[in-house]
Amino acid sequence: MEFFLQQCVNALQWGSFYALIALGYTLVYGVLRLINFAHGDVFMVGAYLAFFVSTGLLAPEGMFGFSREMVLVLTIPLTMILTSMVGVTLERIAYRPLMRKGAHRLYVVITALMCGLVLENGNLALLGASRRTLPELIEKKVYNFGDIAVTNLKLWVILAAVLVFFALLFIVTKTRMGMAMRAVSWDRFALPLMGIPLEQVIVFTFALGSAIAGLGGLLFAMSYPVLEPYMGAMTGWKAFIAAVVGGIGDIRGAFLGGFLLAFVEVMVAAFLPSTFRDLFAFSILLFILWQRPTGIFGKPLTTKI
Amino acid sequence: MLKHIRVPTLVCAAMLLAAGGAFAAEAPIKIGFPIPLTGEIPKVGESTKFAAELYREEVNAKGGLEVGGKKYPLEFIYENNEAKPETAVNVTLKLITRDNVLAIVGPQSSRQAVPAGATANDNETPMITPWSTNPDATKDRPWVFRAAFLDDFQAPVAANFASKQFEAKTAAVLFEISNDYSKGLADNFRDAWEKKHGKGSLLAYESHGPKDQDFSAQLTKIIKAKPDFIFLPENYSFAALIVPQARDLGYKGPFMGSDAWGSAELMKLCKDTCKGQFFSTHYAAAGAKGATKEFIDKYNKKYGYVPDDVAALTWDAIGIVMESIQKTGKIDGNVRKMRKSIRDNMASIKEYKGITGTMRFENRGDPVKCAVIVEIDQKGDFTFKESVCPQ
Repeated sequence: MEFFLQQCVNALQWGSFYALIALGYTLVYGVLRLINFAHGDVFMVGAYLAFFVSTGLLAPEGMFGFSREMVLVLTIPLTMILTSMVGVTLERIAYRPLMRKGAHRLYVVITALMCGLVLENGNLALLGASRRTLPELIEKKVYNFGDIAVTNLKLWVILAAVLVFFALLFIVTKTRMGMAMRAVSWDRFALPLMGIPLEQVIVFTFALGSAIAGLGGLLFAMSYPVLEPYMGAMTGWKAFIAAVVGGIGDIRGAFLGGFLLAFVEVMVAAFLPSTFRDLFAFSILLFILWQRPTGIFGKPLTTKI
Repeated sequence: MLKHIRVPTLVCAAMLLAAGGAFAAEAPIKIGFPIPLTGEIPKVGESTKFAAELYREEVNAKGGLEVGGKKYPLEFIYENNEAKPETAVNVTLKLITRDNVLAIVGPQSSRQAVPAGATANDNETPMITPWSTNPDATKDRPWVFRAAFLDDFQAPVAANFASKQFEAKTAAVLFEISNDYSKGLADNFRDAWEKKHGKGSLLAYESHGPKDQDFSAQLTKIIKAKPDFIFLPENYSFAALIVPQARDLGYKGPFMGSDAWGSAELMKLCKDTCKGQFFSTHYAAAGAKGATKEFIDKYNKKYGYVPDDVAALTWDAIGIVMESIQKTGKIDGNVRKMRKSIRDNMASIKEYKGITGTMRFENRGDPVKCAVIVEIDQKGDFTFKESVCPQ
């Protein structure tokens, strides 16, 4: 039983990262019907930005004189803002020109794939292949509940994912901007006629999605402190699958899908030989999609987000 | 750079041609080094060349290598293999056919050593690769040797050391399924451990993929099985993730690593968590004694940094070649005959005392030698713990 509970904690932590990335996928898809394949790499950039921000704030001894806690408090918003700027830049230079020219959505998706590769290889060219590690920003504590071990960092990660989910839900359903976002996904062409600034809404969507990826990147770099340029690719793909299984375009779907994928992965590894992990995990997801092609929360022909 | 190498070569070749056999007594002994001076692993090429130059200067300062009562100067020819397999084949062939070297030392990494080994073997020239651990480099090639141990030896070493050091009766393994090195070592370890402690003594045998970052599911499984220690035949970047994650999950026991841990980056990534752990490798610079320490000091004095395992293995590889040349008794003008007797002498070396340990070739290309167990001390240095020898 304790073994199962411990694995649940593991899955909750790992699922939080999937959920944070999947939320970004689903936001952009919900508004633009665009699968932003560069999102996993925006997440990677977020982790690197967290590295540079935190080492920058810590490194010059006595220059700022911040304590580690203070550095963390400053790193969170700075990383989120900087990462959202990366996302907005991508939208501005890669997606918007194509959309304005009325390119088919397929071309924009391919452009997104290429943007991801540009981010990965640009990072490799700029920073080299040597791996980086984030300085320790909070003192790690291990709590033991019987045989179950949890670190304070894991609890923060899970809490952050839950908070982000509710914040997003609030923004999308309760605010004017959220209403505008839903309106974009409803009918993009009628929207400007109603006096809603379409491009501002799109920029806001990208900024929001990338900021969440930045937060995810920071928390990821704190939990798994080995940064390399390709770290976002695989995690990003899996998070995308999680978003699709949950029903892409639906925030609840992305959140749930992220945890579902992590639970399946962890439980397969826990109760079957770990060699089978990805094979079984994705077979199960395939089966879910087979039963519900639109994902768990997806409903065909209704507005998504 | 190239001019430096080639001009004396040409002059010597011309002298040889002019003087013929009568002049052979003063002709230098030529050894070829097809090494990666540029490309992906230039540091490996640099270490090789630095160690070789140190050796050559030391011998030549004494008037040369003594063979059958006469002294012959050493001439080392360095060719750049660009860390590419095809270039390695080309430069090896050039060293053999044009420079008429008596033996080849190199290439270093298996990717170049495996194809270059075929060239040396086909042309009946003795070759010794200091650093390659892939069995294919020497397999079915009577002319090819190596100075490093093989991975099917390293695994039992880890098993024996852990049994003794941790008084371990049970073990667990976590390895990377898509990496031949990691998988091979894990398989060998399983066999060795079960042979030593009986079936069922390996409590967990878990794997992960090449891009994984979270190992909590596998580690929770391993920790539940309560092994006496965890064997991690992993690259250092994975080791730096796995060790802290296991600690977070409440594991308090020791870890045992393999030679892929031996990167300076390990401590940068793993910080304090990896201190106090052990891994098996070729040689340990910190805390070395005797001839090994002498070599490290000489190298450090000349080049300003502590030599890595590549430099140490190169030093030994050259030493093996030199001893084999000395044993031929006299330098024959006939290069083919010389190569044959050098090969035979290498294969029959009873015991060679190198700085990376004592080794012997039982008429095979792979040495029987001891591995070094290294402890990561509280300063983060890799200190010598003990050497473990084949039983």
